[in-house]
Amino acid sequence: MEIQVNGQWREFPDEATVADVLEALGTATQGVAVALDGEVVRRGRWTDAVVAKGARLDILTAVQGG
Amino acid sequence: MDGDLLVIGEHKLTSRLVIGTGGAANLAVLERALVASGTELTTVAMRRADSEGGSGVLELLKRLGIRLLPNTAGCRTAAEAVLTAQLAREALETDLIKLEVHADDRTLLPDPFETLDAAERLTADGFTVLAYTNDDPVLALRLEEAGCAAVMPLGAPIGTGLGIRNPHNIELIVSRAGIPVILDAGIGTASDATLAMELGCDAVLLATAVTRASDPERMASAMRAAVTAGRLARGAGRIPQRFWAQASSPPR
Repeated sequence: MEIQVNGQWREFPDEATVADVLEALGTATQGVAVALDGEVVRRGRWTDAVVAKGARLDILTAVQGG
Repeated sequence: MDGDLLVIGEHKLTSRLVIGTGGAANLAVLERALVASGTELTTVAMRRADSEGGSGVLELLKRLGIRLLPNTAGCRTAAEAVLTAQLAREALETDLIKLEVHADDRTLLPDPFETLDAAERLTADGFTVLAYTNDDPVLALRLEEAGCAAVMPLGAPIGTGLGIRNPHNIELIVSRAGIPVILDAGIGTASDATLAMELGCDAVLLATAVTRASDPERMASAMRAAVTAGRLARGAGRIPQRFWAQASSPPR
């Protein structure tokens, strides 16, 4: 299935969870936060939050700014 | 000035200089400037995790023992700012948020309506909100009523280095505020930071003035001294201004 990760469409297995997506991308898990279709997914729910086909996943971290 | 603490919500700070990390040439330059500034609270922005230069700044701030102040820079609406704040809280495990909602790219001025809307939602959600606002005494009061822990009026637009364009408005804000007032944006050099403190501000936030100075470390030292000097002068009670001279030596 295709989902939109940080604005880019990518292919993931059906029933992939947020944790699966982060692992596949090799994203550092400390200091990041995830929003699924505009709603925050708490860290403790990453392993059971299933990403639906066509969903929008945003992965954010802190950078220099302000 | 032992025991002269800056209290923002539950957070207590000795330093009255908040530094923004944007604009530094590299992390080594940033580190020297942060150490020289004596800051205990420093801003970071939230961006997509695949963008360049991500995690280094977090490791640096952790190593220096500096508290994080995530901001919502880049947000145009209250809804965007609320989501960004929630993501920052989740990623960085802090309730502190510097709320900024910019109206447009040329001025980067805060949008008052979206800012107030977001402030109400974020305080209801348990955040300690530091709200970036125009130098508007009425809006500052409204933000305080919305439950903000601090208001951050601008001296001039972000990155301009134009100093404090309306000192009287800053004094008006200070005179009625029951929460800390942090002068944010527009600082160009040390005298601007001193003036902010002499006007009664509780702290100063600046980034560009240090990070884009020719010698960021030296400018950070200057800002530290400037904030301390302004705080001391404010507390010392300046003399009234006079039209005519008054001899300081005894008449013979």
